[in-house]
Amino acid sequence: MSASWQERGFGGKEVDLSFDLLINALIAGILLGGFYAAVTIGVSISFGILDIVNIAHPAFIILGSYIAYIVNARLGIDPIAISIIMLPVFYLLGAGIYQIYYESFERRGQEALRGLSFFFGLLFVTEVMLILVFGVDYRYVEAAYIGPSWRIGVVDLPLRMLVPCIAALVLFAALELYLSYTFIGRAIAAVAQDQLALRLMGASPIRIKRIAFGISIATAAVAGALLIIIQPVEPSVGREYIGRVFAICVLGGLGSLPGTVIGAMLLGIIESFTATFYGPSWAPAVAFGVLLLTLAFRPAGLLGR
Amino acid sequence: MILIAVAAVVFFGARLVSNDYVFFAGYTVLQFVVLATAWNILGGYTGYVNFGSAAFFALGAYATVFLHKSYPLPIPLLIVIGGIVSGIVGLGMGYLTLRLRGAFFAIATLALAVVLQTLVVNWDYVGGSRGAYIIRPNEIEFIGPYIQYLFLVMLALAVLALTIARGIERSQLGYGFATIRDDELAAEASGVPTLRLKLIATTLSGALMGMAGAPFPYYIGYLQPSSAFGLEYAVNSIAMPMIGGTTSWVGPLIGAILLGSLQQIATVTISSVVNLLIVGLLLVAFVIIAPNGIVGLVQGWTRGRAK
Amino acid sequence: MASLLLEVTGLSKRFGGFVALDGIDLTVAEGERVGLIGPNGSGKSTLVNCVCGTLVNETGTVRFNGETVDGLLTHERTRRGMARSFQLPRPFMTLTVADNLRVPLLYTVNARPGRALSPTELGARCTELLQLVGLADKATHLPRDLTQVEMRKLELARAMAAEPKLLIADESMAGLSHSEVDDIVGLLIRLNERGITIILIEHIMRAVMKFSQRLIVLVSGKKIADGAPDTVIRDAEVERAYIGQ
Repeated sequence: MSASWQERGFGGKEVDLSFDLLINALIAGILLGGFYAAVTIGVSISFGILDIVNIAHPAFIILGSYIAYIVNARLGIDPIAISIIMLPVFYLLGAGIYQIYYESFERRGQEALRGLSFFFGLLFVTEVMLILVFGVDYRYVEAAYIGPSWRIGVVDLPLRMLVPCIAALVLFAALELYLSYTFIGRAIAAVAQDQLALRLMGASPIRIKRIAFGISIATAAVAGALLIIIQPVEPSVGREYIGRVFAICVLGGLGSLPGTVIGAMLLGIIESFTATFYGPSWAPAVAFGVLLLTLAFRPAGLLGR
Repeated sequence: MILIAVAAVVFFGARLVSNDYVFFAGYTVLQFVVLATAWNILGGYTGYVNFGSAAFFALGAYATVFLHKSYPLPIPLLIVIGGIVSGIVGLGMGYLTLRLRGAFFAIATLALAVVLQTLVVNWDYVGGSRGAYIIRPNEIEFIGPYIQYLFLVMLALAVLALTIARGIERSQLGYGFATIRDDELAAEASGVPTLRLKLIATTLSGALMGMAGAPFPYYIGYLQPSSAFGLEYAVNSIAMPMIGGTTSWVGPLIGAILLGSLQQIATVTISSVVNLLIVGLLLVAFVIIAPNGIVGLVQGWTRGRAK
Repeated sequence: MASLLLEVTGLSKRFGGFVALDGIDLTVAEGERVGLIGPNGSGKSTLVNCVCGTLVNETGTVRFNGETVDGLLTHERTRRGMARSFQLPRPFMTLTVADNLRVPLLYTVNARPGRALSPTELGARCTELLQLVGLADKATHLPRDLTQVEMRKLELARAMAAEPKLLIADESMAGLSHSEVDDIVGLLIRLNERGITIILIEHIMRAVMKFSQRLIVLVSGKKIADGAPDTVIRDAEVERAYIGQ
């Protein structure tokens, strides 16, 4: 690697610049990882806890992005604020979808083949409808923090990455508190392990799962807003995230929310380093590589149950 | 044997129609017959969903492009090579992911398509993102227009795929696949070597898809990653068997012919995007309402009548 | 002295922090009829899963018929002569009742060295097994048409179809009537007389006492008793384990 730096002819400044490059790649990776955590948290709930393979989750995120785009373009409201307003809408959407999923597949024991096809169909239909309505041009939002960038020493902190990262961590903290300290939250964590005990306690597992899935989709609203802050969006962007999302879930360990954040950070850092030293066009392959390696060597993930 | 007879009828009947368009459209429909049948071997028979049909299809197509640059080969040979390449990739991917749950395999197939597309886009020898041109000869001896030759080749491939699917269905292998689909744990306990069978299914399915992809560059003339890895392959490979019916070899055939023709008409009259939307909506609708597809509906109907 | 067919040494299995099995030692001699009892959650099914290879144990060894089978996949163990029925029946829902039995015949019996059964012989074997468990008239039905009790019988028949040396019957008799229980016990004893070693896991004490030559008791992942049924039943610790329920 040092050969290529020498080739650029930086001479005596070589060492400083390589350290610069390294630390900026690292910080960029962490910021990216924070955002990835927001993207993945919904799947961590639906797949990690509820065992529902919702591969359409990125489609809902993109939907959130487009909603943020429209409202932001028409009314100028901050995208994150928009997403918070959209939380109940997405929640209801999620609850409704779970109900259909449960009636059609879970109850009949057909999740494997048909449930997957159902979500794939949803993913596909959502993407195509967005293409029909918005076309394939890239869309972006306007907000005060999208342009500027802070600088601490040699480290570049673009606000359009920093703000989503912080928002993501807030989201994560809120969810973790909810799952640990409220009755429904704990019931959600429990429903994965012991449905019978839950029923004996008077809680309906189906209702609990519906609430959990609703929450999962609600997070997509926020993630979507964060996404369009970080990068311009067009309908097929969702599919890039499927690999990332599941790679993070598996890496972090299914069913563990903190694991998701750690996995997200790790992936963010790996992707950042790959992009810096090998070029950004290899980024989609990174997540897949991570996923395969994890599945091959440590399928339980880092913090899995 | 009946299939070969039917195929012969189809081919010569098509030649009677003087419009070459029939061959162009027919090629696409036949291609989908192969893809849908191939998908169903792993999906419908064995219960493992493959979202990355485009990956295996494109592998076959790009194998052709790669070889074409150095040494043009006759199409049947290209098909065999495409099949081998895709089969090996299917085997490799299966080996990595099939020991885990079906869900992980499905996700891995989706990611595989993305990764392969990334690889191809970054590889200039096969054209990268700019695409690759393949000059299609105008005519070929004995048959006439080249497109008719391609049509014939795809027809033969379709017959092959259907014969394989039918053969599996009635064989010991078919029983094994079905038990994996129904209850993998119980299958193992009954002595079924599940991993080995799953690998066979994945390899076979991938190989057939690669074979379908091998002639594609000649058909289309100009191959771009976005068209080879296009979403319509993934969706159609799933929608056609699911709508037609996954439990029998007839299902994918019906699904491919129906949906394939529908799409040819829709693409010409409405738009190709709306056409994909319709396929997606039909998939979701059928999966919810008629899980056993058209074949299932017919079976239910005849059973009802028998009572 | 009959040779040992199954030897389990120091078997442990954990799920995360939960210890399901803690250093289990047990042996089963060829031709024995062993009963395995214990309260719910004591680890009986986990033990079966580990012995058969469905789950991988953390420590310990399983030897079957003089061969160490650790590391062998379930289907390989089945082919070597181990068969089990599942506590919650797991039939192949899209295959007919008769075809459910065909699978182990095709994949286990025919996979063993020696002459493979011809299709006619296979069919005859299926019919024979169905008659043995009283499901002959349901041969062409699908499992979803069966009652719970019939599904348990199918489960047992499928295990028998694999022509095992060792048959582990995991709670096959739940929900059966008094006479049906007697029927199954009689069937199992007849199988045993034909040379099949049987481990019976059951809650129905009447069946267990009638059937077992030896009784093993599992509580919270540990073996607390192993001996003649009459002695074991009167053991203080065993009484405590059950009354404590």
